[in-house]
Amino acid sequence: MSVTLKAQNLTKVFSLGGLFSRTKIIAVDRVSFVVQPAEIFTLAGESGCGKTTTARMILGFEFPTSGELLYHDENIQELKEKKEWFKKVQAVFQNPFETFNPLRKVESYFCETIWNFHLVKTQKEAHDLIEEKLQAVGLSFSEIAGKYPGELSGGQLQRSSIARSLLTNPSLLIADEPVSMVDASLRMSIVNLFREMSDSLGLSVIYITHDLATAYYISDRIAIMFRGNMVETGPVEAVLDKPKHPYTKLLIDSIPQPDPLKQQITPIKFLEEREEYLRKGCKFSGRCPEVMDICKQKVPEDVSVDGEVVKCHLYQR
Amino acid sequence: MNAIIKVEQLQAFYILEILGKRKTVKAVNEVNLDIPENEIYGIAGESGCGKTTLLKALFAFIEPPLQICTGKVNYSLNGKFVNALSLNGKERRELRWTYISYIPQGSMSVFNPVKKMKVIYLDFLESHLQGKANRELLTLARQHLEELGLSPQILNAYPHQLSGGMRQRVAIALSTLLKPRIILADEPTTALDVVAQRAVLQLMRDIQHELKNTIVLVTHDMGIHANITTRMAIMYAGRIVEEASTQDIFSRPLHPYTQYLIQSLPRIGDKTTRSSVPGSPPSLIDPPPGCPFHPRCVQVLDLCTREMPQLQDDETNHKVACWLRSDQNVRHP
Repeated sequence: MSVTLKAQNLTKVFSLGGLFSRTKIIAVDRVSFVVQPAEIFTLAGESGCGKTTTARMILGFEFPTSGELLYHDENIQELKEKKEWFKKVQAVFQNPFETFNPLRKVESYFCETIWNFHLVKTQKEAHDLIEEKLQAVGLSFSEIAGKYPGELSGGQLQRSSIARSLLTNPSLLIADEPVSMVDASLRMSIVNLFREMSDSLGLSVIYITHDLATAYYISDRIAIMFRGNMVETGPVEAVLDKPKHPYTKLLIDSIPQPDPLKQQITPIKFLEEREEYLRKGCKFSGRCPEVMDICKQKVPEDVSVDGEVVKCHLYQR
Repeated sequence: MNAIIKVEQLQAFYILEILGKRKTVKAVNEVNLDIPENEIYGIAGESGCGKTTLLKALFAFIEPPLQICTGKVNYSLNGKFVNALSLNGKERRELRWTYISYIPQGSMSVFNPVKKMKVIYLDFLESHLQGKANRELLTLARQHLEELGLSPQILNAYPHQLSGGMRQRVAIALSTLLKPRIILADEPTTALDVVAQRAVLQLMRDIQHELKNTIVLVTHDMGIHANITTRMAIMYAGRIVEEASTQDIFSRPLHPYTQYLIQSLPRIGDKTTRSSVPGSPPSLIDPPPGCPFHPRCVQVLDLCTREMPQLQDDETNHKVACWLRSDQNVRHP
């Protein structure tokens, strides 16, 4: 069986500044990864590391500067029928209160998706389809019928958003920080939902987050991104239990542990994003505790160590 | 334990009139709270439980439709307790930023995008310290930033040139310029990633250590509370349901809601299934009778549906409002 999505040397360059003083920011730098069927793949990293840009390229909102995105061995830039692609890839966004227009009823979003893709012919069938998808996320049509987004809780809205994305029977779901705005008491139910859907519907999920604890909880494989590079990719247990790249170590160390006895006291360095994007050599060399001379001159290559891919001079031989 | 703020029987409601119908949102309901001096005090709870309203009441910043129905917010000023809600506008203004300061939610976007940070800092200082030249004030600002380990060069930058984490730290630095005794911080780390979040927490810890003041930190993230606070309160539907030292809350949570909150936290190295609290948060306009948590509680008693339990203290200063833990419940089962 072929892989669901394959990215090869995906690159996106943004240029900043006026006509005379142009600087180029490589937001995503030669990133390659694969997403298997029925797999939850996490893209993790701090803000401004290029994870959302990668997602936008997959969704077709942004064109890659170079590189390829293959969906079941078909290049998505060369697809004739874009609509077919949109049918197979759906997105769930961060803030459910901003996803929905407060002046429109939630159900109208469902009807619009059905209408846009000509999914069913009669109103009765449409109603059944909506009910079926809402059941899948633990809601029922009577709970959202005739309601505006303000009348539903954040958890219900995020569930509706997921149900809407399931209408077209997609094979790939892109979830960009889907739980960061959901109440703490409801967060795990949404996270569990992704796992259930992946297992029962064979859906691949690209889960974008900076919260490594939930990433560890649901995903199969994880890629840690830093300033446009994927610095460490591998099975989630391997990457998070035994981190190899110094940046992954820093990220794991920064998670506030839910245990008052384990307080972080070691100070950290904090650098501006722009400064790091324009850095020569390894982008992390400015704050890396294990920095060597070579890191400041040469960009490290990908090396495989124990079934993971690491981009670091420490593992080069 | 010396209290610096004492809240007594506070009720802060939003009173709305929509199409002639009167609606009351009971955002803060019968809250009694002692906030200790020289500590980082945490308030946890989910969105819409009244955390921000409680902070506004603590800051004595009451604007319609918010109204204080009953209760007092006492500040400890020179050894005496003064009810902040009874002060007039001028007196409140004098206390603000010098005695008590407030870091509002989303404070990383409070800066005027077309003004340099320098101008924003000068504006702030000029309105509080009269009769000083601009140069003196700028030196003060520079010194303050240096003390906090931030580069004074940011004074020459526009807000959009700084990253979110940096802006948040600059906003915190601005609120501590006049060395206030109390800092109220509303979700200072939300919308930041873990590394920036750690830098912000580090800054707050440093400030508290140096000024020996009180920080009241409001956030829904239990991980942050575990990390930085020494004592904390759990809020649910406008009421305080549990209050204890942070260590006790995590090692021995007594209220079923707190127990759920702590159990549902995912941890690295542990893939066992976690569940969230069943049901959804109650509406503050029409809260359920009795204990507001009873429709979602698995250990619900008949009494819970009728009467609201009071916050009760045990020997170790661990307070909880739950019939399951109440002595009265033992007497009348």
